[in-house]
Amino acid sequence: MADSAHHVAVTVNGQRYERVVMGRQLLVHFVRETLGLRGTHIGCDSGNCGACTVICDGKAIKSCMQLAVQADGREIETVEGLAGPADPPTALQAAFTRHHGVQCGYCTPGFLMSAKALLEGQPSPSREEIRRGLKGNVCRCTGYVNIVLAVEDAAGGGEQA
Amino acid sequence: MSTETPIHTWSPPATIEKSVGQSIPRKEDDRLLKGQGMFADDVWMHRMGYVHFVRSPHAHAAILDVDVSKALQVDGVYATLTGEEVRRLTDRYTQIAPEPGGRLKDYCLAVNKVRFAGEPVAAVMAETRELARDAAALVEVDYAPLPVVTDAVEAAAEDASVLHTEIGSNVGWHGLYDFGDVDWALEHSDHVVSIPHLHFHRFSSTPLECNAAVVNWDAGTGVIRIESNNQMPQFAALFIAPALGVRTDQLQFNSQDIGGAFGLKLTSYTNITALALLSRKAGRPAKWTEYRSEHLVGSCHGNERTFREIAVPVMEDGQILGFKAKVYDDVGAYMRYEPLGGVIFSQVLPGCYRFQHLQVDYHTVLTNKTPIGPNRGYSRLQHLWLVERIVDIVASQLELDPVAVRKRNYVQADEFPYETPNGCLYDSGDYEASLDRALELIDYEGWRERQRAAAGTGKRIGIGIGSTLDSGTNNFGQARLINKNLPFSGNGEAAICKLDLQGEISVALGSVPQGQGHETTTSQVVADVLGVTPAEVWVQAGADSARNSYTAFSGTYASQFAVTGIGAALGAARQVREDIVTVAACVLESAPEEILVVGGIASVEGDEERALTFAEIANLVHANVGALPPEVADAVTLNRRFVYRPPFGVPDWRTKSGHLTLTYASQIHACVVEIEEETGVTTVLDYAIVDECGTPINPQIIEGQVHGAAAHGIAAVLQETLEYDESGQLLNGTFWDYHVLTCPDTPMFKTDNLPRPSPFTPTGSKGMGEGGGGPLHAVCSALQDALGPAVVVTDSHNPTERVWRLMHAPADADGAGADVVSR
Repeated sequence: MADSAHHVAVTVNGQRYERVVMGRQLLVHFVRETLGLRGTHIGCDSGNCGACTVICDGKAIKSCMQLAVQADGREIETVEGLAGPADPPTALQAAFTRHHGVQCGYCTPGFLMSAKALLEGQPSPSREEIRRGLKGNVCRCTGYVNIVLAVEDAAGGGEQA
Repeated sequence: MSTETPIHTWSPPATIEKSVGQSIPRKEDDRLLKGQGMFADDVWMHRMGYVHFVRSPHAHAAILDVDVSKALQVDGVYATLTGEEVRRLTDRYTQIAPEPGGRLKDYCLAVNKVRFAGEPVAAVMAETRELARDAAALVEVDYAPLPVVTDAVEAAAEDASVLHTEIGSNVGWHGLYDFGDVDWALEHSDHVVSIPHLHFHRFSSTPLECNAAVVNWDAGTGVIRIESNNQMPQFAALFIAPALGVRTDQLQFNSQDIGGAFGLKLTSYTNITALALLSRKAGRPAKWTEYRSEHLVGSCHGNERTFREIAVPVMEDGQILGFKAKVYDDVGAYMRYEPLGGVIFSQVLPGCYRFQHLQVDYHTVLTNKTPIGPNRGYSRLQHLWLVERIVDIVASQLELDPVAVRKRNYVQADEFPYETPNGCLYDSGDYEASLDRALELIDYEGWRERQRAAAGTGKRIGIGIGSTLDSGTNNFGQARLINKNLPFSGNGEAAICKLDLQGEISVALGSVPQGQGHETTTSQVVADVLGVTPAEVWVQAGADSARNSYTAFSGTYASQFAVTGIGAALGAARQVREDIVTVAACVLESAPEEILVVGGIASVEGDEERALTFAEIANLVHANVGALPPEVADAVTLNRRFVYRPPFGVPDWRTKSGHLTLTYASQIHACVVEIEEETGVTTVLDYAIVDECGTPINPQIIEGQVHGAAAHGIAAVLQETLEYDESGQLLNGTFWDYHVLTCPDTPMFKTDNLPRPSPFTPTGSKGMGEGGGGPLHAVCSALQDALGPAVVVTDSHNPTERVWRLMHAPADADGAGADVVSR
């Protein structure tokens, strides 16, 4: 049960945080509990479901598969960094509403972060590229169809506008 | 009455476009898309401790000793709880089953004995999540293993190892459903198709959010505050309160957003009970968030069902007269919602068909496996799969066209409302039109041609149909068919609608939704009643006992919201409208019939200058009541609680018949699969679903539910299974082994909706959402179509390996096909 304390400096949604964390703390618990950014969720504890997806130095990662100490010196984006509570939704978020890509909303932050990273790497993906690109995220409500349509729409039309 | 004429600076719109029927954007989305939802694990309480459950590694064992002393020595551990303490501090949970199954003793922790691997035997509460987990590992439990039974048919045998000795066997409930004269039909039909064995496998729709709760037992007031994602709090209260020996109104449930439930969050009352005990013991709030591995092994699964000795009388022209079957329903180690599955299947006894002779000999069987919970399509999807398998096997064995056989036997459009042999009343529908449309959506004839062209290429094409029903709005009187002494009947849901201090419209629901968009659809219905836009209606969903907007039946389950929840909101809004009209007629000195309510204003028809805003009306009732005549002030509240009650009586427990559900939404699925002969790899090439759920309130939300239910079915038939080894160990305990459907696995479903309004409901809408397991039927049907009459698809789970065996070693795959005797 011995654990060690570590100093971590990390930028989250453009804001720099310096914290002392225990060595065993997962990044997702750091984000949710230490920083209080509870939009990032936990669905499987094993890296399969993607509810905990955040963007780390431009890449979508599963924050339940990393320790908080591994985030030291890195730049992280979470769902709270997309649009503030009082701000209009981003184009991607608006597309999820337009296409009804949200039901219970538990997987949604993870999908948004995966889709954002996908579109930043590939601004005009094909439908198949979107479907494969979202493989790391599980949604149990929507059957994915409307999420694919939303990402296509956000990407600027896709195969079926 | 005051003679002051209100002054207006703007004119109300003459009309507001009706919102019902429009796909307006969901009100829930903004917070969910911005990470501002409030889910159960997002709740923190001051001084709370984290709970970790110690779980049994054995599927069946006597508990000789539980020693928590080492855990208690760890600095930061607040409390522990053992089964022996639970036995002393609580009563066993109420059982739904009659004698002898009702003797079953179920507690929140295992008492004296464990009956499934993963059953909690103790719990530890500590300062942090990690500390609780570490300390739980120090709890020492001494077990004496017992013989394990994992197969329902074996468990039902007289010589089986018994889980609950107080029952005397593993059959928790048994009932014979017998309508028409199936033996006569089997003697007089042109053909008898016999199917020795069919098996519907165990799976779970695994909501992405696991169970979670924070419970605080306040020592001062006695209030037990429960922040959780339980999806039917009042049902939970009826179990928790008697077990703890407290009043039901001590239990204060709260929730806002729930990350999916699918019925599987109905039975979390066991965990909540343990948290309440720990909170009282430690004098702190107790927080628990289930790990996924705990959810898979320790919460609940969908019903596994084995069908034996199925016999089907068929006439030469393809008319199926009915069927008989023996059913062994595997409910796992405890009956936490069961044996209700033993009656709920009978809501759809003949499926979509005009079968007249039906006999089902039903056994609810206890096994050393995780208890079951009502998984999406609960108990009906297993039965509807049986019915569709029967239809397809009959078509295959007699070499009949599966489309023609369905059309020959469907309940016809002009027969609604249609009474089934067991007294259920199908409200409306047109299955044939839906089937035609589904076949059109997949280009049925085109695929038949491609199927012929594929012969000899190493790939086989199969085209399948799934006809299914989504029966909604239970008559809880059906529980009496299980146990005639249960004091349940009818159904009801509550809602509160009010015009608040400055004329704001709000609605509180009892429905506790989990993604079904109730805030949106409610706002649409209420907006239409009050002549405003949905944006002006604030809907409070989620649980909050203090709102008083619940009945014992409240919750989101069993495809009923569009009838019960909407019926309640509609009723409450109409009463508020009456209050508005009463005040306006009085103040404006007009007849109530002349008052128009549009755009937040009540005015006199034809003289719209005489008007009051909702804010003015609210002011008169809430803050300026002296200005109203007493007879008006006494009559109006602008705050109305309404309970919608469907028109049910009490079904007849003797004959096991009656009006069990109010509405019957239908879905007809058509799908195309391609099978690679060498490997068995099965790919869905095309998929269409035609849904019928009465008058649509929000078509986009309906389509979303159709998609979601279809994805669950595709997942179950091809990928997801919960299997046990002989020692009762679950083999799929994480998402690495339990293969949930991902985006590229899921077809881009084609959908259509053909509304046939229900004559029985407030808006003509029917409950929907569960979907009736359509893809399980349709994909099995497509596999049957691809594999031909030499093979019988007997299992609901058909992963690559099984499909390969069906083609290359059918005896290994099935062991029992089908047999036809013709006269």
